[in-house]
Amino acid sequence: MKTNVTILSAGALLVLLVLAIFAGCTGTAPGENETPGATTTTPASGAGVVKIATTTSLENTGLLAELERVYEGENVVDLQFIAQGTGQALDTARRGDVDLVLVHAPALEEEFVDEGYGINPRCIAYNFFIIVGPESDPAGIEGMDPVEAFKTLYIAGTNNTPGVAFVSRGDNSGTHVQEKTLWGEAGYDYDKDILTAGAWYVDAGKGMGDTLILADEKKAYTLTDEGTYLSFKDRLALVPVIEEGTELMNRYSAIAVNPEKHPGTNAKGAVDFINWLVSDEGKELVGDFGTAEFGKPLFIPLYAPECTEPPFNCTCAEPVPVPA
Amino acid sequence: MVNGSPIIEGFIEAINLIITLNPQVVEITIRSLYVSLTATFFAALIALPTGALIYFYEFRGKHAVVSTLQTLYALPTVIVGLVMFLLLSNIGPFGFLRLLYTPGGMIATQTVLIIPLLMGLTVSALSGIDRDKRYTITALGASRFQTVTTIIAEARFAVMSGVLLGFGRAISEVGTVMIVGGNIRGATRVLTTAIALNTSMANYSMSIALGIILLAVALGVNIALSLVQRR
Repeated sequence: MKTNVTILSAGALLVLLVLAIFAGCTGTAPGENETPGATTTTPASGAGVVKIATTTSLENTGLLAELERVYEGENVVDLQFIAQGTGQALDTARRGDVDLVLVHAPALEEEFVDEGYGINPRCIAYNFFIIVGPESDPAGIEGMDPVEAFKTLYIAGTNNTPGVAFVSRGDNSGTHVQEKTLWGEAGYDYDKDILTAGAWYVDAGKGMGDTLILADEKKAYTLTDEGTYLSFKDRLALVPVIEEGTELMNRYSAIAVNPEKHPGTNAKGAVDFINWLVSDEGKELVGDFGTAEFGKPLFIPLYAPECTEPPFNCTCAEPVPVPA
Repeated sequence: MVNGSPIIEGFIEAINLIITLNPQVVEITIRSLYVSLTATFFAALIALPTGALIYFYEFRGKHAVVSTLQTLYALPTVIVGLVMFLLLSNIGPFGFLRLLYTPGGMIATQTVLIIPLLMGLTVSALSGIDRDKRYTITALGASRFQTVTTIIAEARFAVMSGVLLGFGRAISEVGTVMIVGGNIRGATRVLTTAIALNTSMANYSMSIALGIILLAVALGVNIALSLVQRR
């Protein structure tokens, strides 16, 4: 009689499997949970999906979820964010696996556009990188300018000053690129001097949130974007050590993937979303984000003509022409 | 929360998230089950007949095939992820399917991941049938077809446990679904990748809640497994 039980359970499993397949075929992707008020239309797969490769610093703040909620509420479209680092996100876009990127490493962005993979770059907002570290500040860098601070950190680290450690993203993300630039400005060769600098330099290979948690556990210094730090602040014992300096400006841009390079991409969906981001509505949303929760906005939207001037030097106002 | 006990607080909050059927938790759980059940189904569809063929037919290099399959049980998931990523990416040979960063791509990847396991376990399940039994069946005058069907019927429980093991491996792995799925909210985020993300966002209660569910699924599979094995 026990056999009957097993046959029954086997049958039940089979039925479940078949149901699962049918659920898949009818295209009802499991639970598209939207907050009440937002339309719950699930666009037909393919046509209405916009895939965006972006940075972990944007994802970890929660801004992307908010943008998605509002934008999907107003438009019949499915925004899909893939959080990587800026370097990886741009590579994903080069392969044509996404429709646009939201990134923050101006030098890498320029390369991406010059190679012909990216078109119509628009800067959206900025905030600042900050150097955070343990409150005791064992390297004594508080109040220094960022380049000076990096020099001091290197000297303290290589001299094995107790308690001095630095955690690097190590993932070619925008924040990591910024860190490498700072080491360069401080007079060090990143590959030769820094990567071999010793145990005080910790190469995490992780996203921004993970890196902050790691630095917190190790009581180490790290470079972070202000937005992610603010959204993690209550879980960290780390304090901002340096928050001043134009070297620390952190600009976010949206760039569409060139449909001539990758005809399969959703060029119109990408342009529509970029145009929404540069619209007043998009910018206000970005600019308000975090005010209620953290007491200050996490991002400062860019407006013309400010954005066309140094240190920004980018296009932020003109909408992108919509492809036919 | 730095000074509180994030583990206990997180645990209480996690229980709360599960009891109140938090929509995000439910959504991710359903997607996880959907992806892995579908993958297990397709893998079984391919692997069980192939495994039976390997067992019933004598051919040169049969030993090598069987040991290769057994080696592939331990196929590192990130390598499967990497290979499937390269195949499914827009620049890869199957890029035109545009399956990268979709649940379909994840199903395909998990299917590939567990096929060797299912195939190998099918072969050993069939081999596990007593040789004497096999001779008896033949001696009783069964035709070749009858012999095959009888042996398969005898081995069905062992095969079932193989399928359950495959499902367990599919639903609990994180490497391939992270690489191929991209962990997109509302599209390709499953239990394992959601746990990784929420931990990196210091949302420990969400991680714990999803972890409890994943454990419960694993436990369910185990119970089913022991039921099947006990017959």
